[in-house]
Amino acid sequence: MDSFQDTIVKLKRYWADRGAIIQEPYDLEVGAGTMAPETFLRVLGPKPYKVAYVQPSRRPADGRYGQNPNRLYKHQQLQVILKPTPDDVIDQYLGSLEAIGIDLRKHDIKFEEDNWESPTLGAWGIGWQVMLDGLEITQFTYFQQCGGMDLDLVPAEITYGLERIVAFLQNVESVYEIQWAPGFKYADVRSAEEQQFSIYNFELADVAALWREFELHEREGQRLLELFRASTDKERFPVLATYDQVLKCSHLFNLLDARGAISVTERVGIIARVRKLAVGVAQAWCEQHNPRESAAA
Amino acid sequence: MGDFLLEIGTEEIPDWMIRLALESLRENYQSSQTGKLRGTIDLLDGTPRRLTLRVRGLDDRIADVEEVVAGPYVSAGEKAAQGFAKKQNTTVEALRRETDAKGQRYYAVVTHKGEVAAAVLSSVIPDVVARINWPKSMCWTGQGGIRFIRPIRWILALHNDEVVPFELAGVRSGNTTRGHRILGSKDPLPVTIGSYEQILRDNFVIVRADERRRKIEAGVAKSIQPDNELLETLVYLTEFPTPIRGSFDASYLELPKEILATVMRHHQHYFSVLNEDGSLAPQFVAVTNTDGDPEGLIRRGNERVLRARFNDARFFWQADQQKPLRDRVSDLQKVTFQARLGSYKDKTDRVVELASQLATQLGADVATTERAALLSKCDLTTEMVKEFTELQGVGGGLYAEAQREPKGVATAIYDHYKPVSMEDSIPRTLEGKVLSIADKLDTLRECFRIGLIPTGSKDPFALRRAAQGIIKILFEARLPLELSKFIDSDELSAFFRERMQFYLRDVLGYAYDEVSAVLAAPLTTLPDLADRADGIHFIRPTEDFEPLAASFKRIKNILKQAQVETAGQPDPALLKPGPEQDLHQAFLRVREITKKNGSYRENLASIASLRPQVDLFFDKILVNDPDPAIRQNRLALLYSLLTEFSTIADFSEIVTQGGGASA
Repeated sequence: MDSFQDTIVKLKRYWADRGAIIQEPYDLEVGAGTMAPETFLRVLGPKPYKVAYVQPSRRPADGRYGQNPNRLYKHQQLQVILKPTPDDVIDQYLGSLEAIGIDLRKHDIKFEEDNWESPTLGAWGIGWQVMLDGLEITQFTYFQQCGGMDLDLVPAEITYGLERIVAFLQNVESVYEIQWAPGFKYADVRSAEEQQFSIYNFELADVAALWREFELHEREGQRLLELFRASTDKERFPVLATYDQVLKCSHLFNLLDARGAISVTERVGIIARVRKLAVGVAQAWCEQHNPRESAAA
Repeated sequence: MGDFLLEIGTEEIPDWMIRLALESLRENYQSSQTGKLRGTIDLLDGTPRRLTLRVRGLDDRIADVEEVVAGPYVSAGEKAAQGFAKKQNTTVEALRRETDAKGQRYYAVVTHKGEVAAAVLSSVIPDVVARINWPKSMCWTGQGGIRFIRPIRWILALHNDEVVPFELAGVRSGNTTRGHRILGSKDPLPVTIGSYEQILRDNFVIVRADERRRKIEAGVAKSIQPDNELLETLVYLTEFPTPIRGSFDASYLELPKEILATVMRHHQHYFSVLNEDGSLAPQFVAVTNTDGDPEGLIRRGNERVLRARFNDARFFWQADQQKPLRDRVSDLQKVTFQARLGSYKDKTDRVVELASQLATQLGADVATTERAALLSKCDLTTEMVKEFTELQGVGGGLYAEAQREPKGVATAIYDHYKPVSMEDSIPRTLEGKVLSIADKLDTLRECFRIGLIPTGSKDPFALRRAAQGIIKILFEARLPLELSKFIDSDELSAFFRERMQFYLRDVLGYAYDEVSAVLAAPLTTLPDLADRADGIHFIRPTEDFEPLAASFKRIKNILKQAQVETAGQPDPALLKPGPEQDLHQAFLRVREITKKNGSYRENLASIASLRPQVDLFFDKILVNDPDPAIRQNRLALLYSLLTEFSTIADFSEIVTQGGGASA
């Protein structure tokens, strides 16, 4: 039986063999692999790209103090971006399942419609949830828009829910029972983190401080975008640092939400504020990388 | 004669779109040049990965078309004639001459050769396919590329077993298909028109939806809860469906069956299994897209997933009870109803008020209705409904019951989203009906107030369904509610009118003009409208009715021309003996009858009996008398006649045979 880490290594190996760059996780809090710049920014523009990485994804509201067998504050996604999408993308994907030991001949696999949308990122795509014996194991999306911009090359985004897949492969009922490495269970590695962050996110986080932080990062993002517009040396401009402000805002929003601090009337407005920054960064990134085309558009 | 086979191979198309797409494909094919090749479509079917069209008995070419082209007049001279002939590729001698008002003129008969079938197919099919109408589509070849539901990966196009050559979305047509993703051959499969279905079958693809449906039905035992919608989903989610049966621990049966069934149906696409007494058995039927499960791996996998889902549900059911619905009302402040319309707490406050008014008016128990309204949206804050949104309403009803709310309150909450479709039943109790109406009416009023009005196919808040639901309840329960008293916007009132029109016409089957006639009269209650439509429909075939309707149209026009907008009662002293007085007498007599609260059928029959007097009046009497007093009095008589008897329906809306609209 493969351990959690064995499966991750096999998936990385599989996509590396198909020409993907194997990246490491992004080092800021994100809600999903999509938000890492390796996806959000790289899918923009006409340059082909292939990348795979594990992205720990934090969703404060999903925390269950480490008590729920299937729900986690932080879970691990294996994210693959293939830009443009190869014609045999589904065969390649099915091959990756075989590579981690799933004999497809003995199982039932279905592709069920599931489109994806992120209002905060101004991004959406068309795709499926991939069901293996009734279990959703992957989200497969053809990106259509990101940062409010139509994409030049349509990338495929394959997002494996690692805990679910491995719990299936190891035939355990709880993610905490997963063998992470020989002698170590998922619980050994992550229980404390789940518990402590649930306590912080739901009970202790200082709402006023979170709001201040949100506003600081928002202002910094706006300030940088204005500087970019005025800049005469756009090539060297820290667009990537500007994007970090978006990620910070997004995560702080999620924390405030988990804390129950966002009222109904505020909610839509705040999502729009984060989206405005995200869209600004996406445009800046395109302009930086393809100055002529962006100017024409 | 020839045959044509087309298969568009795609990545997995959403199940609910496949039939729509096939219809669109058929329409495009028939309305394009390809339709002129005639022939019969003998296969139009699909799976998630293919749309198939087969046409038998195609003409070899489109029939030639002759066109007569008008040329110069003979008087224009020899040169002009030669020029025309040359241009039409013929000679002056071959031109036809015909005479019209201006003299003799040359005509050329030009034959347009019909294209041969193969050429038509290869030039037209790409467009026929590309124009398939999808509810949602995507790009995959890059920005500005073709839009389709999912990427096209192969195209099989054969005309008499020759490839029809074309390219679409970068894919060249060919003579191969593909089998089942996992069970079929890994390589493209060459086929002929004759061998297509068999080769696919050998590769675990059943092209025909009917056959897949039968395979599923044969594989599930009779003891399942019948569910056609789920069956259709599964038919179009699979290429080779095979049902398997799994089970779950009987201890989960302590959960309400609605919850178990929802988890199975909506989240796992499983059929529920019933015991002989109709209760839920601890089993389910899943439909796989493969040929069997000899080792039981698929069954065990599905059981494992269901167990996790049921554990969640059990946890929610228990955890949610920690905080009863009655303590959740203020939590609704945190649930958005609509960005600009505030929270569900705001909505609840309005619905309580409205439901209370409606309950008073309709004789429902006010306390029960108000209590149900107050708690109706609280289930939106429960973990159960957050996770399984389909349970909204039903979940609230179950919680209310478990928390010892009065039975009437629980039932009203349980039912208050009903009817969710025109086929669905309406709430069981009067309080449930009132709450359902209040909830929907509030949504309609508020959305219209801020301008969220459905246009064309866009109706994101399902306002049409809400209005239709209200109408269905009012009609089926015969609730005497004057809706117009609860509507303060002209747009909403027009919207309701349109929905009533739809209901009377498309659901109850009344003719277009009967419905228009009823709706042109003052709006009352829905059962009353339906009764009036019934009255008109009943009286319509009788011989006096349509002529009388024509006369009413005439009266309307006369009054319009005389610019009479209102008039008093006619003065009997000014009425001359004969047709004029007779009509007045008849009017008084019929008015007596219609005031007696008889049925609309009876009233309309007596109104129709006015016909001889009305006819005679128009025959013998000139309304436009030189004496203004007499003229006014005659207009007053007509006015009384029209207004008195148009409260049931505006007869002038009835389309009559003789077209009696002229005055």
